[in-house]
Amino acid sequence: MAEQTISSYTLNFGPQHPAAHGVLRLVLEMEGEVVRRTDPHIGLLHRGTEKLIEYKTYLQALPYFDRLDYVSMMCQEHAFVLAIEKLLDLEVPARGKKVRILFSEITRILNHLLNVTTQAMDVGAMTPTLWAFEEREKLMEFYERVSGSRMHAAYFRVGGVHQDLPAGLLEDIAQFCETFPKVIADIEGLLTENRIFKQRNVDVGVVPAEDAMDWGFSGVMLRGSGVAWDLRKSQPYDGYEHVDFDIPVGKNGDCYDRYLCRIEEMRQSVGIIQQCVADMPGGPVSAENNKYVPPSRGEMKSSMEALIHHFKLYTEGFHVPAGETYTAVEAPKGEFGVYLVADGTNQPYRCKIRAPGYAHLQALDYMCQGHMLADAVAIIGSQDIVFGEIDR
Amino acid sequence: MANFWIDWLAPFLIIVAQILAVALPVAVSVAFVVYFERKVFAAMTLRRGPNVVGPWGVLQSFADFIKIFFKETIIPTGANKVVFLAAPVVTFILAFIAWAVVPFAPGWVIADINVGILYLFAVSSLGVYGIVMAGWASNSRYPFLGALRSAAQMVSYEVSMGFVIVTVLLVVGSLNLSDIVKAQETFWFALPLFPMFIIFFISALAETNRHPFDLPEAESELVAGYQVEYSAIAFVLFFLAEYANMILMSAMTAILFLGGWLPPFDIAPFTWVPGPIWFILKIVFLLFVFVWVRATFPRYRYDQLMRLGWKVFLPFSLLWVVLTAGVLVFFDLLPQG
Repeated sequence: MAEQTISSYTLNFGPQHPAAHGVLRLVLEMEGEVVRRTDPHIGLLHRGTEKLIEYKTYLQALPYFDRLDYVSMMCQEHAFVLAIEKLLDLEVPARGKKVRILFSEITRILNHLLNVTTQAMDVGAMTPTLWAFEEREKLMEFYERVSGSRMHAAYFRVGGVHQDLPAGLLEDIAQFCETFPKVIADIEGLLTENRIFKQRNVDVGVVPAEDAMDWGFSGVMLRGSGVAWDLRKSQPYDGYEHVDFDIPVGKNGDCYDRYLCRIEEMRQSVGIIQQCVADMPGGPVSAENNKYVPPSRGEMKSSMEALIHHFKLYTEGFHVPAGETYTAVEAPKGEFGVYLVADGTNQPYRCKIRAPGYAHLQALDYMCQGHMLADAVAIIGSQDIVFGEIDR
Repeated sequence: MANFWIDWLAPFLIIVAQILAVALPVAVSVAFVVYFERKVFAAMTLRRGPNVVGPWGVLQSFADFIKIFFKETIIPTGANKVVFLAAPVVTFILAFIAWAVVPFAPGWVIADINVGILYLFAVSSLGVYGIVMAGWASNSRYPFLGALRSAAQMVSYEVSMGFVIVTVLLVVGSLNLSDIVKAQETFWFALPLFPMFIIFFISALAETNRHPFDLPEAESELVAGYQVEYSAIAFVLFFLAEYANMILMSAMTAILFLGGWLPPFDIAPFTWVPGPIWFILKIVFLLFVFVWVRATFPRYRYDQLMRLGWKVFLPFSLLWVVLTAGVLVFFDLLPQG
């Protein structure tokens, strides 16, 4: 029989696919079950966030950050308000900073719970997801109690946070910190030493430290490969230097190490939350500069000046002196940065968003080389992809 | 004329009645197995499960069936129509005809043939054809991959399953299912042949495409595998067949290893319960384990599944066949007959 060349099998994976984590579209070139080439197509969730922000006042632009990575909302608000505060040279009071850290860590748990368990679901374990959603529900109730919203909080504001914590919230958060480690242990009981889970994750999607840095990885993707890099330690913001926590680092850079890192980060976050609750300072939660922070309702009833400030802030907004800054925070997925250019008006001139998932997704082809279709799914799961931030 | 009635029509009517007496309860029990699975799985994941339709939601499956019955059957333009529609029918029929030889109690069996176990084995092996036909006829990429996986998987696990059955046959000395149950009167085969019992149950999971071997329909990889292009009644037939197969495999495990209709101990309180009830209880227990496994384990990858089948189960079950035969010959315990 004459020699024949067999064309590879092209599989269109997504955007409507249960494991596509949103609207990822992959064009896979396969040889049987083995993936030869992975071509991610993005942009299906593009909403023009960066451009929209240029036509909004700084305060109006804030809620867009909740909607980027819609499972780590407050961490992204954090980056934006830190950038503005840097340009304004505005100091946040101690209590405001503590509340921000507290909710950043709640957000981290919120994110990791979703990611760890959806990674488990991608390899076929369904139960942890449903257990984690129970806990996420409790955390989103904390969100609701401070901001009135379960997800898109818009709670972090320039100069601090929007409102002080309601009575009893700290006690309830402390109570949650007591019960939550047991849930982590339960989830670990189903996954960590499970032979099938290990077979599906160990040595899958291995990224050596060198390559991880070359591809621009950050967050758990980088730490899983053994690079101890965490912005909370290397360039602490909002008083992270005053809390005590460890950074878990992986060894092999495979999906399993990334899973273990996330599990341990949740435990560390619980520790940070407990420290924040234990020594929550008193005083105001936001700066008392009414040029940037609205006055209290009570003050507006008696002070003409306060009323004018309020009116100006919610119509024209505040002006930011000309300048530029790149400010980044350690979001649950990695380094989330905002490159903000101000031109002295009440609107940003440019707001470039550095989403960690974007850098991770570009390495998908590299990570999937020679793996099977089922591994590609596990790798997508361990990359912690959310399309809100990638497509922006 | 009288001869015609007595010799032909009456036996025919009796057989039809027998078939209906088995097939209808199996079909109805499928609805309750679906409900049972959803409830048990919900309890394991801290949820309620269906609780709206009917008391405690027991009618949920019927509501789902009515809903899906009125959906439009969509046949993809690129599909091979005849094969596409034949596939679910084949799967469905094969899932039900196997019940012909299953004994529910002494003498309660439609066809008490002397090669019952071979018949069961043959019918369950044919089940793969429905899936392969569905995957090929859909003319779509995901179903095709699902069908290929299914073919490979079923062939691999059928082999070790065959050896498990051989060990049972060595001990019993008969291919008749009623004889196999009767041979377990002193003790169930699950005790002396415990490793075989485990291998058989795991192979049954693979054979019915259940977790952790549900690769042909792996949701996170192949969306729904061979079922992707199916809708309405065609889908229902696959769905019914899958659950009927689960019940069948549980029944087979109960007959081969858990003593079929026999009570666990041949003493007073246990013997009061009639045989068919014991049989059903054993099936329900095994179905519970099916669901339990689903709630606990992740899914194997394709190559790991093949490795487990060929490199672990096959040598191990082969070894046990030799071991069992050796022990039987050495102690002169071979069944006479």
